[in-house]
Amino acid sequence: MLESSEIIMSAKGLTKVFGFGATKTLAVDHVNMDLYKGEVVSIVGESGSGKTTFAKMILALISITEGEIYFQGKKRDISTNKKKQEYWRNIQAIFQDPFSSYNIFHKIDAVLLDCIRMRGGGRLPREKKVEMMSEACKFVNLKYEELTNKYPFELSGGQMQRLMIARIFLLKPKILLADEPTSMIDACSRATILEMLMDLRKEVGMTVIFITHDIGLAYYVSDKVFIMEHGKFVESGSADEVILSPRAAYTKRLISDVPKIHEAWDLSTVEMQSS
Amino acid sequence: MSEVMLEVKDLTTKYITRYNEDIYAVDHVSLKVEEGKTLGIAGESGCGKSTLALSLMGYYFAPLHYTSGEIIINGRDISGMDPDVVRKSILGTEISYIPQAAMNALNPTRKIIDFIEDVYHAHDEYKSKAEIYDLACECCSILGLPKEVLQKYPVELSGGMKQRTVIAVSVILFPKILIADEPSSALDVTSQKMVIKMLKDLMKDGFIKSMIFITHELPLLYNVTDDIMVMYAGQIVEKGTAKEAVFDPLHPYSKGLMGSIIVPEHGLRDIKLTAIPGVPPNLKNPPPGCRFLPRCKYTRAECEANVNLRNLEDGRAYRCILSERELRDAYRMEAEQNARK
Repeated sequence: MLESSEIIMSAKGLTKVFGFGATKTLAVDHVNMDLYKGEVVSIVGESGSGKTTFAKMILALISITEGEIYFQGKKRDISTNKKKQEYWRNIQAIFQDPFSSYNIFHKIDAVLLDCIRMRGGGRLPREKKVEMMSEACKFVNLKYEELTNKYPFELSGGQMQRLMIARIFLLKPKILLADEPTSMIDACSRATILEMLMDLRKEVGMTVIFITHDIGLAYYVSDKVFIMEHGKFVESGSADEVILSPRAAYTKRLISDVPKIHEAWDLSTVEMQSS
Repeated sequence: MSEVMLEVKDLTTKYITRYNEDIYAVDHVSLKVEEGKTLGIAGESGCGKSTLALSLMGYYFAPLHYTSGEIIINGRDISGMDPDVVRKSILGTEISYIPQAAMNALNPTRKIIDFIEDVYHAHDEYKSKAEIYDLACECCSILGLPKEVLQKYPVELSGGMKQRTVIAVSVILFPKILIADEPSSALDVTSQKMVIKMLKDLMKDGFIKSMIFITHELPLLYNVTDDIMVMYAGQIVEKGTAKEAVFDPLHPYSKGLMGSIIVPEHGLRDIKLTAIPGVPPNLKNPPPGCRFLPRCKYTRAECEANVNLRNLEDGRAYRCILSERELRDAYRMEAEQNARK
């Protein structure tokens, strides 16, 4: 595939602590991760395991308590707003809830025009911009002519998520962080979104970090899988290795809890917990 | 032959919008649930799954209106009954409904035991508080819930626990049929398994006689249900046992649906997921013939005419102009083409 031996980003001893005193919680606990150029990596864990906190630290949306992030071999520098924006040109995200990802007062073109401006195309002639926008919309099977005068609420969830992918198509970031991109969409449009994401990855040649609680999905899309429990990676390795022959007890439990089709789903092992 | 718990004949219900447009969200649906069986309803969002569940209760409130058809619960026809009568004498005792995201609708200022008292009092069963508490404790111990839950507020419970409590409250009057609408969609896999086990135990322990299970997660549906019904744009497009519907779907829509299943098993990575192009039709003015026509790969001229549900001998049914053999041939040819690529 597109994998190479070049490390594009690495996290060293990344830690995040929320609160202090009695309510102190360790959300992410000294996590190390190397991300190679062009690969698709999944981070899988239950709710509350710290997946999203980890993602937010990588995205520079929240501060880091301890540890370092290296981007393209150099230590990440986001000390000023300008540097932060420069960093965000390289890393972009798709979030779980498409309905709350858009500014409800901005029309669809404004969303896409913003992306063109971020890529430094702010002074291009109008026709060129329209051409770029319709190309992006075509990539995700949307019609630009139908979208131009619409507000985000007029689109369905699947369409919004596809528009999100169109944004990424225009921005062409080096790293895409997809935080549960299909969990709010029903199973039928999920396949469409996934295929589009994978096409986009080939087209742009970017690295993708997939954050999900759906093990099947992680297995389907990714080269490497990291399993997270209580802010730590308990298991990592290639997708086939981790999913088909898990070693950690937590991974085994997680996989056995997913309803399957060809194998039996054993309900007798369930322990009814009391809280 | 076991007893039929719920029988629905040609049920049609509609929404009336504020512009006086009729939207037929459930269009001539017939179904039958036998004692001890679980019926699953699958379909993408907006296909009328939840509206069907609401309609089955017989409790209609605007903008949902009853149009025609019969709903027979345990030998009693409840269609067209006064909503107040339905609420008092049918809901909770004959049929019970767990709406989507019911666990988020618990009043945060009231304890769980208060909800149970409400259910009893709404059905004219004026029991004393102590009596209700004893009954609730007994139920909890059978259902595997700790009885401390009763004295807690909803915020003190985790998501999975809340969902299980909601289920317990809904079956406290021993309804014949339980309709569960996406009972596990907001939960993680471990809590999901607990909720499913609880629902299965309800059937085993005799709290409920039959269940209707609604979800769009097909692997889950396959594991929970005996029969599966696939809905598309307010109509049933396929009916069959769980195994038939998942491994050998006949209707092109169900075929597409089953092709989008993702499970962590051997060989998943070699499969190419099939996506159904296009969007479901607007039910304000649905296409005259087959409603799946604009998205279908196997169209013919006859598809423009009204397509009826075809009943096969072994109890299966599907809504398509093509015969069983023609459909199977078409699928086989497509599979061969894909293999050659």
